[in-house]
Amino acid sequence: MVDSIISAASVVAAAIAVGFAGIGPGIGQGNAAGQAVEGIARQPEAEGKIRGTLLLSLAFMESLTIYGLVVALSLLFANPFVGG
Amino acid sequence: MYTFLLSKIEVGSHLYVNFGDNLHLHGETVFVSSLVVALLTLFLVLGTRNLQKIPGTLQNVVEVIYDLVKSVALTQMGPSYYAQFLPFIATIFLFVLGSNWSGALIPWKLIEIPDGELAAPTNDINTTACLAILTSLTYFSAGFKIKGIGYFARYVKPSAFLLPINIIEDFIKPLSLNFRLFGNILADELVVAVLVSLVPVIIPVPVMVLGLFASSVQALIFATLAAAYIGEVIE
Repeated sequence: MVDSIISAASVVAAAIAVGFAGIGPGIGQGNAAGQAVEGIARQPEAEGKIRGTLLLSLAFMESLTIYGLVVALSLLFANPFVGG
Repeated sequence: MYTFLLSKIEVGSHLYVNFGDNLHLHGETVFVSSLVVALLTLFLVLGTRNLQKIPGTLQNVVEVIYDLVKSVALTQMGPSYYAQFLPFIATIFLFVLGSNWSGALIPWKLIEIPDGELAAPTNDINTTACLAILTSLTYFSAGFKIKGIGYFARYVKPSAFLLPINIIEDFIKPLSLNFRLFGNILADELVVAVLVSLVPVIIPVPVMVLGLFASSVQALIFATLAAAYIGEVIE
């Protein structure tokens, strides 16, 4: 009984972890991409450099979501609170 | 142990190879990573064996990789120190890239093993933890080697009350390196696996291509961050 409650709570927690972890980086990535497009429009010759920096910083922001995902995955697949 | 099975996707199940009572190896991870190391060695030896003034195809590829890694190290560490850490950065980059791509490019599904499944070694948290700890050790030893005992002055900069935060940072750095790589690769493979279980043909291909791209960016990021951490210590 306790185990099934913990399992249910873990599934909900995993969903919340991924969901909320997606919000911030989503906004951030949108901002970064928008600014990059603006930069390219203003200075088309700097496109290569801007693209490289943009991809690198997007991947950094992505890693914040991934932290949430790691928490969610460990709750789903390797739950430390269920069983032994 | 509680495992959650989603149409033969197994996370946390491994082919255990036991040595004695206390030593267990994740067989599939060790196997695939040794294979990656062997392939990379073969590639580099073939690419640099017979250097020409006008490079052939293989030598061109090796030169492009060298230029990329060198520019990463140079921008992060400056011209006077980059040369002695270039081998480390290049090793990290090539191993992470090779491991990430090996999971997607080699058809592991054709080989059945008794437990777990063959996949990219970087989707096992032990591999990425090892790489992250190696990075930590490297920047510690780099700091000691270059700055001597003055290395510890870094912990009370810019002011003494930041000491605890600076110490915590030393633990956060490998942790975030570790989770970033592990999470990205595992997420990648899970997305592909879920899509394959829904629609087995054509649909997963764009996601796989995106995964290849993302994992190469992750390799670049791991190398860049390792270089940046070393550069931060020795500057």
